[in-house]
Amino acid sequence: MAKEKMTAAQAVVRALELEGVDYIFGIPGGTILPIYDAMFSSKKLKHVLVRHEQVGAHAAEGYAHATGKVGVCFGTSGPGATNLVTGIADAYMDSVPLVAITANVATSLIGTDGFQEADITGITMPITKHNWLVTHPEDVPRVLKEAFYVARTGRPGPVLVDIPKDVLNMNVDFEYPDEVHIPGYLHEPKEKPRLGDAAQLIRSSTRPIIYLGGGVRTSNGFPEVFEFCELVGAPVVTTVHGKGAFPETHDHCLGMFGMHGARYANYAVQNADLIIALGARFDDRVTGKLSTFAPEAKVVHLDVDPAEISKLVTATVPLVGDLKVLLPQLGAEVKRIFQEKGRPDLAPWWKKVNDWRAKYPLRFKQEGEKYILPQTAVDRIWRKCEGRAIVTTGVGEHQMWAAQFWKVSAPRQFITSGGLGTMGFCLPAAIGIQCARPDALVVGIDGDGSFQMTLQDLATAVDLKLPIKIFILNNLFLGMVRQWQELFYDGRFSETPLSDLPDLVKLAEAYHCLGLRARTLEELDGVIDQALAHRDGPCIVDIRVKRQEKVFPMVPAGAPLHDMIGGD
Amino acid sequence: MEKTEQTPSGNVHTLSLLVENKSGVLQRIAGLFGRRGYNIESLAVGPTERPEYSRMTIVVRLEAKPVDQVVRQVQKLVPVIEVKELKPEDLIERELLLVKIKTPEQNHAELRAIADTYEAQIVDVSPDALMIEAAGTAAKLDALEERLVKYGIQELCRSGRIALERGFKTLAPPSLK
Ligand SMILES: Cc1cc2nc3c(=O)[nH]c(=O)nc-3n(C[C@H](O)[C@H](O)[C@H](O)COP(=O)(O)OP(=O)(O)OC[C@H]3O[C@@H](n4cnc5c(N)ncnc54)[C@H](O)[C@@H]3O)c2cc1C
Ligand SMILES: Cc1ncc(C[n+]2csc(CCOP(=O)(O)OP(=O)(O)O)c2C)c(N)n1
Ligand SMILES: [Mg+2]
Repeated sequence: MAKEKMTAAQAVVRALELEGVDYIFGIPGGTILPIYDAMFSSKKLKHVLVRHEQVGAHAAEGYAHATGKVGVCFGTSGPGATNLVTGIADAYMDSVPLVAITANVATSLIGTDGFQEADITGITMPITKHNWLVTHPEDVPRVLKEAFYVARTGRPGPVLVDIPKDVLNMNVDFEYPDEVHIPGYLHEPKEKPRLGDAAQLIRSSTRPIIYLGGGVRTSNGFPEVFEFCELVGAPVVTTVHGKGAFPETHDHCLGMFGMHGARYANYAVQNADLIIALGARFDDRVTGKLSTFAPEAKVVHLDVDPAEISKLVTATVPLVGDLKVLLPQLGAEVKRIFQEKGRPDLAPWWKKVNDWRAKYPLRFKQEGEKYILPQTAVDRIWRKCEGRAIVTTGVGEHQMWAAQFWKVSAPRQFITSGGLGTMGFCLPAAIGIQCARPDALVVGIDGDGSFQMTLQDLATAVDLKLPIKIFILNNLFLGMVRQWQELFYDGRFSETPLSDLPDLVKLAEAYHCLGLRARTLEELDGVIDQALAHRDGPCIVDIRVKRQEKVFPMVPAGAPLHDMIGGD
Repeated sequence: MEKTEQTPSGNVHTLSLLVENKSGVLQRIAGLFGRRGYNIESLAVGPTERPEYSRMTIVVRLEAKPVDQVVRQVQKLVPVIEVKELKPEDLIERELLLVKIKTPEQNHAELRAIADTYEAQIVDVSPDALMIEAAGTAAKLDALEERLVKYGIQELCRSGRIALERGFKTLAPPSLK
């Protein structure tokens, strides 16, 4: 490629185009102006003007989660950059590939407490895979190439590139590198994966369980996982990020386990003699009290990040590598050993599991209730979407009801903030998802508290006429915290009731979008139908639910995974 | 004379790191140790045989976590090219000590004798003070320090340990050799 003279700001735009970026989410400001100016004439980049940089970062996450591509967001120096921090931290926890680009004050002002100066590379060091402060314009093409590469490879995650304004205005001879050379990045594992040993464990297990996490998504290993699960024939449990890694409608799937998982799923895990963990990281929300987690189980742990191996639960056989590559190899070994020695008899194990499943189903009882139960709302919306929708959520009880009752049968259809648990995630994520998947039905299950953290970006959704549907399970509470107060703090509801504000229907009206409300069970179906039929821009639905309803079953924080309350 | 490690055995580890010689690298590494609760006992950093890389020697004290976990977390940092735990039996380690002692001239001869025993030098002398420079293992310097206490240590400075593995092996991965 011939070198072309341009400013570093133009080089940023060109690099983004060459990376195949289509959407960018951001807000301009004084220092990042040169990039916005350069972007003004780009025909390939579509910039979404959000109303808060946090929303830009979450929208980029939604975009990335829904597509597997790298999400991109912009922020200007100082407050623009710091507003991105929550979204970057969220992406870091959930392994979402993200490139955040910020401008900084001119090089001569860095370190002087200049106007709108923030040490954003310093601030984001703990929450990025890597970040760069670019001080020479000629480094811009290489750094952007590296940034996209680091964000999407290995264990995906966010990176940040910070460029001072004076550097943006300098000239470069643009040449985009074809390859990346980072000597310290992505090491070959020191040991060969012991696939034979893993297969041997699977062959000798009589109570195996397959534990699927978000790594299935990031590796795009859905067909490989399906084939493996069919081969082994073990019960399958997932994390909240593993939802959709294996169809939840499949008979082998016990759904989500953990703090708010089904009793039968947790019992199965606790009684297993072998856990096959695939792209999952033994988070404390899924293990419960660590020392009592699956006490009899050996562990095969497949993960692309060597630092996840034996971080919390010791792996009997670690398998370090990309799931998409390694799992078929493991499958081949298993097949070979099954042919040689026969399959283990899992019938007694399945009988046990099915007994638990029959005895402790995930259920709720609407009959006799005066108010709409939040679970009913989730269930009805799910039914009416007929498995077509991509769903996203806020954080709280509504999120867990969605995780329990929104059955996902295809990949990348359940998009939530799991690791950081960021309230306010729903609307921004829905915006990003709908941009990425213009033809998809995008549904948000949100909470009244969560929605209010980012609701200003209804304006963005209206601007773009995005037909997202946000269902707010309105309990007039910071419900999840209220639940803990009721169960563990003697019902002392310190600062959890929310006043009945804003009027969500009028709010919708103020933003020129459709606002609906259901107060009674009779109104519910009609309102859902109306929302789903609405294609002309966003729709928000205020569903008044029983205020005191709690999420069950539940493992109290720090208790063993089988010590659940409720749901029996 | 040889003093044993003060900390319970088995939880102090010496890590050797080859890192990119760029600004911010020390901050990234120190930050990782801080936020993951790995206590740094000593850290020394300096240039290597190649200007684009620095070598760090970090002595870390771990309460419960296995050192493998630390190595893997450190290895994930992009500017860290290689990291390895050096086992006590496989490493040569050195530390530098400068110590200023305020003491009347009549004691100087005695101090010179002590310095000689530890292969240390007297590097600065004034009528009522002198400075000693010593190099060696941490244990040797600890012992020297102890001997000097009674003469009145005014100021003391230690460099932190540097270490290399014995034998022909080097830290640089094949791609860099
Ligand atoms: C209120 C609340 C309640 C919650 N309750 C629950 C609950 O009951 N149950 C539950 O499951 N979660 C729950 N969570 C979510 C929980 O906090 C964690 O976010 C979640 O369990 C982590 O999921 P994961 O293990 O799939 O890991 P992720 O964070 O998705 O990590 C993915 C793993 O896969 C690996 N990986 C990535 N790419 C690859 C690849 N190509 N090949 C191989 N491996 C790869 C990564 O290294 C990583 O280890 C809750 C969250 C909130 C906010
Ligand atoms: C940004 C942020 N602040 C605080 C919390 C702590 N928190 C977790 S759930 C929750 C309540 C959520 O309320 P709402 O969105 O109404 O959902 P509900 O639990 O009522 O369904 C709070 C405050 C959080 N997760 N995120
Ligand atoms: Mg609420």
